[in-house]
Amino acid sequence: MVQATKLDKRMTIDEIVGKLRDGMTIGIGGWATRRKPMALIRAIARSSLKDLTIVSYGGPDVGILAAAGKIKKLVFAFVSLDHYPLEPHFRNARQAGAFSVLELDEGLMHWGLRAAAMRLPFLPTRVGFGTDIVNQPELSKRVESPFEDGEEFVAMPALKLDVALLHVHRADQRGNVLTLSPDPFFDELFSRAADATYVTAEQVVPTAALDMRNNFRYNLVERAMINGVAEARFGAHPTSAAPDYHLDLKHLKLYADSAASAEAWAAYRQTFLDVDDAAYLAAAGGPDAILALSKPIY
Amino acid sequence: MSEISCSLAELIIVAAAEAWRHDGEIMGTGIGPLPRIAVSLAKQTFNPALAITDGECWYTTQPLPVGGNVDDVEVEGWSPYDRVFSGLWGGKRHAMVAPVQMDRFGQSNISVIGDHAKPKAAMLGARGFPGNSIHHPNSFFFPAHNTRAFVSGEVDYVCSAGFNPQRYPGGRIPSELKIPLVVTNLAVLDFGGKGNAMRVRSLHPGVSFEEVQDNTGFPLERPEHIPTTPLPNAEQLALIAALDPKGVRKTVIKGDPPAQR
Repeated sequence: MVQATKLDKRMTIDEIVGKLRDGMTIGIGGWATRRKPMALIRAIARSSLKDLTIVSYGGPDVGILAAAGKIKKLVFAFVSLDHYPLEPHFRNARQAGAFSVLELDEGLMHWGLRAAAMRLPFLPTRVGFGTDIVNQPELSKRVESPFEDGEEFVAMPALKLDVALLHVHRADQRGNVLTLSPDPFFDELFSRAADATYVTAEQVVPTAALDMRNNFRYNLVERAMINGVAEARFGAHPTSAAPDYHLDLKHLKLYADSAASAEAWAAYRQTFLDVDDAAYLAAAGGPDAILALSKPIY
Repeated sequence: MSEISCSLAELIIVAAAEAWRHDGEIMGTGIGPLPRIAVSLAKQTFNPALAITDGECWYTTQPLPVGGNVDDVEVEGWSPYDRVFSGLWGGKRHAMVAPVQMDRFGQSNISVIGDHAKPKAAMLGARGFPGNSIHHPNSFFFPAHNTRAFVSGEVDYVCSAGFNPQRYPGGRIPSELKIPLVVTNLAVLDFGGKGNAMRVRSLHPGVSFEEVQDNTGFPLERPEHIPTTPLPNAEQLALIAALDPKGVRKTVIKGDPPAQR
């Protein structure tokens, strides 16, 4: 018997975190300081979850989870705060040997997610040859072209995810989503590589308000891929969710500076992590201040 | 001849722009202020066909000045990361990047100093370097040419591939691997020497071959005649000033020295 599918997928952030288990492999959408599901990340940091494998085009999502001791293994091509190129919490954890890593090329990560999305065990590529990337055990397998060229390739293993966590701009209760920012990054592949995808949305609106006939190009992925939707206004802060709001450079500086000492991190944690979303928003300056943030210069 | 007063950073920008002179209609990417001003200058002078972005995801018909707002320039195309990868795998791109280390093979590192499992210094991660390096030409910029940057032995973690046959199946170096220029605060170099050896192409005013060699952790090929890196002309200096109205270029080389010592 086919189980009846629930078409009201609305959940709270804590209910999403409740779906996660110790030891899971979790993919996080967005890119560095852009459209990271930060409200979810903060909730994970507060939870008792542990031993996570995190797959991310990393920014403060990775930094916070690293500082909170949640990561057992990190699959990454970079971790950066863009305007502050080096992510200090990531650096601290990495230099302490706090977790193991699989270091990838940006495109290789894409390729691994695509393999998982296509339910293939691997995809062939030349990327990695000539570098130390392919000296990692996960990338040690080679495959030969069955055609006349006989070329040897790196077998990029599928990056199968238990869960993908994404932040979108709009969603309805059925899981139809709109990502309105100019670059969708690889969020679609994260969702297709995962057994379950949970999104936070700036606004959960009636289906008609998505105006899908006009906005279809912003429709990242079909709703069958989305398992849960939580409304999280300013849920990407301090990363950007343009056009709704931009990157909060001042907050990122504050966050980066909190890597300087255990005391600085404890103070940041107390003010911005160990609080509910309303208190976070107030501590971060409130809605008007976030809406007034100016567009960053790249 | 009238003396033009200019900075070493400006001389480097003009030298670095040469990387894209013969590239035609491809994506030109300069990461960091000087490479970015250089690719913009190349587009504004000898290669107007270059396709360049605002550093986020828009192609613009005119270069966006450093610190400028993309809303003030004409957007002509879309460049999300997915498309950047697709394009670079096809080879139609030439990037100039600024890694932390480079070795005699042209291999470079932006990942870690020390052991990969527990590094002495964790930096960015390999980013797109592995894929870029074997798919399209990559040039490099180093603001401080010394033996910590140009290391003896191999770099601590090879992020971008180089001319090291031991690292390829069958020892075959891919034909797509190209390192057209390496521009530093001392000289312009390439890997056009015998057996892909690193070679000095020009010396900045007042710099000797010996000084470059002393600051490099491996032997450099010394051509019989080494020209002096040309000074920018007035037109180039005016364009550079317009491309960098806030003077970010002054902060890149320690002390912002003049081009002529």
